[in-house]
This record gives sequence, C-alpha cells and structure tokens, in this order.
Amino acid sequence: MSGYLLPAIIAGSTIAVACGIVGWFIVLRSQVFAADALSHFAFTGAIAGLVIGISPQLGVFGCTIACGALLAAIAGRTLADDLTIGIGVTWVLGLGVLALAILSRNGNEGTGAATALFGSINTLTGVDAVIAASIAAVVIGVIAVIGRPLLYASLNPVAAHARGVPVRLLNALAFIALATVVAEATQALGALLLLALIAAPAGAAHHLAHRPAAGIGIAAGIGIASVWVGLAISYCMPTLPASSAIATVAAAAFAAAALIATLRRSPARRARRHSVITHTH
Amino acid sequence: MIQMLSYPFMQHAVIAGTLIAVMSGTLGWFMVLRRQIFAGHTLSTMSFPGATAALVVGIPLAMGYYVACICAAIAIGWRAPTRHLTGPLSSARIGTIQVVGFATGFTLLGYSTHILGGLDQLLFGTFLGIDRTQLIILIAMTCVVVVIIACIGRPLVFASLDPELAEAVGLPVRALDIGFLILLGVVVAATAQITGALLVFALLVTPPAIAQRLTARPAQGMIVSAGIGVALIWLSLICAYFSVYPLGFFTTSIGFAVYVIVVVVQRSASGLRAVHV
Repeated sequence: MSGYLLPAIIAGSTIAVACGIVGWFIVLRSQVFAADALSHFAFTGAIAGLVIGISPQLGVFGCTIACGALLAAIAGRTLADDLTIGIGVTWVLGLGVLALAILSRNGNEGTGAATALFGSINTLTGVDAVIAASIAAVVIGVIAVIGRPLLYASLNPVAAHARGVPVRLLNALAFIALATVVAEATQALGALLLLALIAAPAGAAHHLAHRPAAGIGIAAGIGIASVWVGLAISYCMPTLPASSAIATVAAAAFAAAALIATLRRSPARRARRHSVITHTH
Repeated sequence: MIQMLSYPFMQHAVIAGTLIAVMSGTLGWFMVLRRQIFAGHTLSTMSFPGATAALVVGIPLAMGYYVACICAAIAIGWRAPTRHLTGPLSSARIGTIQVVGFATGFTLLGYSTHILGGLDQLLFGTFLGIDRTQLIILIAMTCVVVVIIACIGRPLVFASLDPELAEAVGLPVRALDIGFLILLGVVVAATAQITGALLVFALLVTPPAIAQRLTARPAQGMIVSAGIGVALIWLSLICAYFSVYPLGFFTTSIGFAVYVIVVVVQRSASGLRAVHV
C-alpha cells in the first residue's frame, strides 16, 4: 500500500461518517438542495481564498459557514425555501466566476479551480487526515447531543415549537453542521462531487430503514464503504479519478437500495391487498 | 455602443442571448411555480458531462448538451408521481443524479486532452464562440418551445397548481410532468451553451422569481419574466463587452440586485400600507 493511501483512507472514512450522519437528517428534511448550494459556496470560498492570498481551505470554511449561518437566519423556524437558495447560489457562483477571472488575470490560476471543483483526496497529508478526523468528531458529537430534539423538530416543527423545543436554534445548528461537513468534504471530494457522500448514502438508508438509529448507521456505513471501494477502484485503475470513483460507488449504492426497496415493497403490498380481499370475503 | 454590434460575434451573442432569455424566462416561470428548482439546477449541470462526452466521442458539442439534459430529465421524472417530486427521497435522488453527472464529466475530462483549458468555459460559459449553425438551431428551438408552451400552457398551469384536481378532471398529469421536465432539459441545454453549466440559473430562476413577485397572472408573468431576462442579458453583454470581467458575473449580480431591490421595495411598501391602515 502506498504512503498516500493511509491519510486518504483516514480522512475519507471520517468525512464519510460525518456526511452520512448529517446527510440522514438533511434528506429527512428534504434539504439536499441546501447541501448542494453550500457545496457551490465552498467553490467560491476556495477561489476567493486564493485571490485574497489566504489558504483556499480557510476560504472554504469561512464562506460555507458564513453562508450556512445566513441561510439559517433567512429560514428561521421554517426550512429554507428552494427559491431563495436558488437565487442566492446563482449570485455566489457569479462571484466565484469573478474571483476566477481575477485569478487567471494575475496569472496564478494553476490547478486551483480544478482542485476546488473535483477535489484531491490522494494529496491529503497526515495532518489533513487528523484535522478531518477531529472536525468529523466534533460534528458527530454535536449531532449526538441534538439528535433527538432535531428529529422531532424536523418531523413536526410546529408541534416541537409548541412543546418548547428550540426549533430555530436546532435549524441553525443543523445548517452549521451541514456547512462544516461540506467544507471538510470539499478538500477530499471537491465542491461538485461531495454531494455524493451527503445525498446518496443517506438516501439509500432512507430506502432501507425507517428507524432513525438504524438509518443513521446504514448511512454512515454506506459512506465508508463508498470511500473504501472507490479508493480501491481508482488505485487499480489510475485513469479513474478517486473522487469520481467514490461518487459513482455511492450513487450505485443508492440505486441498489432503491431497487431493494421497490422489490421488497411490491410482494408486501400484494400480500396486504390479498389479506384485505380474503378478509372482506 | 453601435460599434459593439458591428462585430459578427457580438451580433450572434445578442441574438442568441435574446432567444435564450425568452425560452428560459418562460420555462423558468413554470419551474418556479412548480418549485422544481433543484431539478432544474440538476438538469443544468448535466450539460457538463454532455459536453465532455461529446468531445471524447467526437460528436458536435451542442448534441452532447441536448442528449445529456434530456436523459437526465427522463431519469428525474421517471416513475416519480407528482406528489413525490418534492418528497425527501426525491431530493436525495435528484442529488445523486447530479453527482453521477459530475463524476462522469470529470472522468471523461481525463480522456480528452484539449478540454482542461476549457473547463472554465464549460462550467461558466462564453459568449464569444457562437456560430451560425448554433444560431439556426436556437431559432428553431425557440419556435418549438414557444408553440408547445402556447398549446400546453393552460393545462400545465392547472396541473402545477393542483395536480390532484387536474388528475380528477382527466388531465394527463404524469405526461405533463415528464413532458415539462424534458422541455426544461432542452431549454437548459440551449442556455448552458452560453452561460455555462453552473450559471444557467441566472436566466432560469432570477427573472421568473422577480416576475412572480410583480404579477400573479400566468400570461403576464411569463411575458414579464421573458422581458426581464432579455433586458438582463443585453445589459450583461454590454458590461462584459466593455470590461475584462466575465459575462456570468454580470448576469448573476445584476439579476440578484434587481431581485433584492424588488423584495425590499415590496416589503417597505406593504409596511407603509400596514402603518396607514
């Protein structure tokens, strides 16, 4: 095993777990578009960081967390409207294009844009892996603490608010947790592919399990498996970029889960209909 | 200003921009009404893998755009009844489709040596390279889209506002759903050729969102939306022509500024009204 694989595996696995857990809530709340928007904000942040001269990594964290907080502020006690997100994300991408143009006029574009868009999991160092693992641990800790009330606030915000659950605060925390995992995942998978670890494993888990704890576990598990299998495939086929391989494996897991859910549902439904018919007779 | 129009590339850009603004203003109005924003965004990103695939296979770029966007439209709309189009799993599914598109595009990027320099163009657009064939295809496309909308506009508004009632009355709601997504895919593919895969929304979401704040009547809204789109693209083309900065920055920023102004003015107007009452 080459030296670069170990940091990639550690960083990738911890990011996958955090993305899977946060993603499970995001899918439950139908907020995948918000995750998508935050990932585009990460791109603008990376390029802006390069323009200003700070590290792109700092730019990514600054931009996504600031935009996440802004989205949370606009959304308040509701879930953010897709229309608001759509208009906002367009403008922020426009700013990213401006930053990109400034960067290329200064003549130091290099591969910054491609890295920000599609990631470079195989260039991560040991330090990167430790940082990724710590950030993932913090996010998982936060979700562990707020998980139960967040579940309530996600399923029925009105009732939760009536019973004194701080819905606004929970929404804000969910947005910021999402922004944090998005920023961390940008480094590994890139702004355009990180949705693979948020939407696909969590979507698969929602297909396979209805109980929250089981669903969250399955989402994290599929996330880790996607990273490992994806890294292995790209190790064997060097022309295939690692981030593309991971994204494809995660998407395949989602498709398989959807198929399993359909197959499982149809006989059950048939049996239920049958029992109803026999009962009425 | 007049001199600007004496260059053929600017003439092409203005004509193409106008056609695109009309198409995406009209279709975008329905997209915003149906709240299929995420689906629209995903369709627009599909032009990226479409373009890379076309370059690798060696077919015309425009064909790649259209094929990829139509395929994605079918993938999003397939087996998804209307009420599921906005459910939790549908958003996960749309996100996964988008990721598959980007992963495919990025992988194919490695197989074609002459794209990497053009990555910015594919994602963020260029208005410099529109040729005569593209223009003719665009004109034909606009005619087709306008005629289709004129024919199915009324039932589509009905089916968008109240799908269950529309189904009960006997409208083919599912066919309208898929048909709309495919039409949206075609329009998005046309738009992406100028704005790039990531900035289609500048013309597809912002003008209709402004229009829906200004008027609730469908026909009026679509016309206002198309008009705002045309004004937006003309203004941006002028700005981009006289400056060194990219078109996409101007379209997105001007549109966003107008939207914010409209929202603020409406808020303060309704606030004043409340005070008077």
